[in-house]
Amino acid sequence: MTDLQAAWRDPELDKHLVDLITQAADRPIKLMEVCGTHTVAIARFGLRDLMPPNIALLSGPGCPVCVTANRDIDLAIELTHVDGVVLATFGDMMKVPGSYSSLQREKADGRDVRIVYSPLDAVQLAADLPDRQVVFLGVGFETTAPAIAMAILTAAQRGLDNFSVLSVHKTVPLALEALVNDPEVAIDGFILPGHVSTIIGPEPYRFLAERYHVPGVATGFEPVDVLQGVWMLAKQLHEGRAEIEVAYRRGVSADGNPTARARIAEVFEPSDAEWRGIGVIPGTGLAIRPEFAAWDAALRFDVTPPPPKEIPGCQCGEVLRGVTLPFECKLFGRACTPEHPIGPCMVSSEGSCAAYYRYTDYGR
Amino acid sequence: MCLAIPARVVLMNENQMAEVDIHGVTRTVSLSLTPDAETGSWVLIHAGFAIQVVDEEFAKESWELIKQIEWVDGDPAEVSA
Repeated sequence: MTDLQAAWRDPELDKHLVDLITQAADRPIKLMEVCGTHTVAIARFGLRDLMPPNIALLSGPGCPVCVTANRDIDLAIELTHVDGVVLATFGDMMKVPGSYSSLQREKADGRDVRIVYSPLDAVQLAADLPDRQVVFLGVGFETTAPAIAMAILTAAQRGLDNFSVLSVHKTVPLALEALVNDPEVAIDGFILPGHVSTIIGPEPYRFLAERYHVPGVATGFEPVDVLQGVWMLAKQLHEGRAEIEVAYRRGVSADGNPTARARIAEVFEPSDAEWRGIGVIPGTGLAIRPEFAAWDAALRFDVTPPPPKEIPGCQCGEVLRGVTLPFECKLFGRACTPEHPIGPCMVSSEGSCAAYYRYTDYGR
Repeated sequence: MCLAIPARVVLMNENQMAEVDIHGVTRTVSLSLTPDAETGSWVLIHAGFAIQVVDEEFAKESWELIKQIEWVDGDPAEVSA
C-alpha cells in the first residue's frame, strides 16, 4: 500500500492530468472543494499553481471545526463550568474561539478538558471515572458521525450513565444545495469530499446534478486523485454533462458504507443545524434520537451560555462560502496567523486560511 | 478532520477490536463499521474506527487506467477509472 500511495504522487501522472485538464477547460470554470482535507492537499502540493488560468479552485465549508457556530462552542465551554464535568474532545477543537473563550483557555483556567483520539476513548474515560460526568463534544461530518454513534451504543451497552455526547454534527449534501442557491457563489462543479463519500456513497449528491445541473466528483486526497477529480469535472463541463462521479474508487464504493449509515440512523435523526457563515440549514444536523436521550448532553445539563457574538473583522464566514479568498481578509497574515489565530479558519489546521498561510505566498 | 489513514489488519481481537499496522505503528481500532474486514485486509482508519475496506487490486487498476487516458481528436477519451 505504501508503494501504492507513492503511485498517487507520481509527477509524470500529474503532468499528464494537467495537460488533459488544460485541454478540457475551454471556458472560465469555478470549482469548489468542500473538504478541508482537500484544501490542505491542494495548498500543500501546490496544485492551484498547476491549473490553467481559467480554472479557479475555491475552498468551501468543508472543515467541521470551522463551520461549528459560536453558539455551539459557547455551549461546550459552558459545560466545562458544570461541577464534575470532564469535557472530552478531538484535539482540533481546543483552540477554536467561541464568542468569549476557547476550550484551551478554559483548560488553562483549570477546567477539566481532555483530548481523545477516538470517541471510544471518551467512553473508557467515563468507565474509569465513575464519579465524574464525561461529555464528548461530537463534531464532524458523516465520516465521523458513525464513530460517535458507536460510542453512544457502547456506553448504552455497558450501562455507563455518566457518559453523554453534545452533538453538533453536520451533514454535507444539503449544505451544497444552500451554496448552489447562493447567487454570490456561482459554482460550476464540486470536488466532493472523499471520506464523507466513503460513508454515504455518490447517491445523496445526485440531486445537485439532476435538479441544478451542477456536476460533482468524489475525490481522493493524493495529488493524482485531486487532479483526476478536477479533470473529470472539466471534462463533464466541456461535454455539457452534469453527473455525480467517483474519482476515488479505492475509497468510495457505489453504496458507500451501509453498516456505518445504519449506526448513524440508529442513534441520530436529522435536525436543523447552524453553520458559521451560512446560517441555519434545515436537515443538516444530527440530533440524538429520543431512545438515546439519556446520553444526550444537551438534555442532561441545563446550561444557557450568554448570547453569541461574532469576532470583529474576521471574514471566516465569507471564506467558508467561497466568496472571499483568505488573503482578501484584512486580518490575514497580519493580526491573524497560525501562531496568533483570530478566527476558526486560521485556527484549524484544515481551515482555508491556515492552508493558504502555511503553504502559499498569496497575500504576502 | 475527515482524514482517514490506510492501515493493514494484523490481529483480530474480541469485541470487533483489532490491531492494525499504520506505517509500522501498531494501533488498536474497532472493526465494528467494516464487518467484511479480516486479517490482512487494508482498511481506512478514522477516529479509531475502520470505515472502509480498500480493494488493493482495484486501486492499482484505476491507476493504470489513468495512465492510458488520451485526448483523441479534440475530445477527451472515455475513461472508466
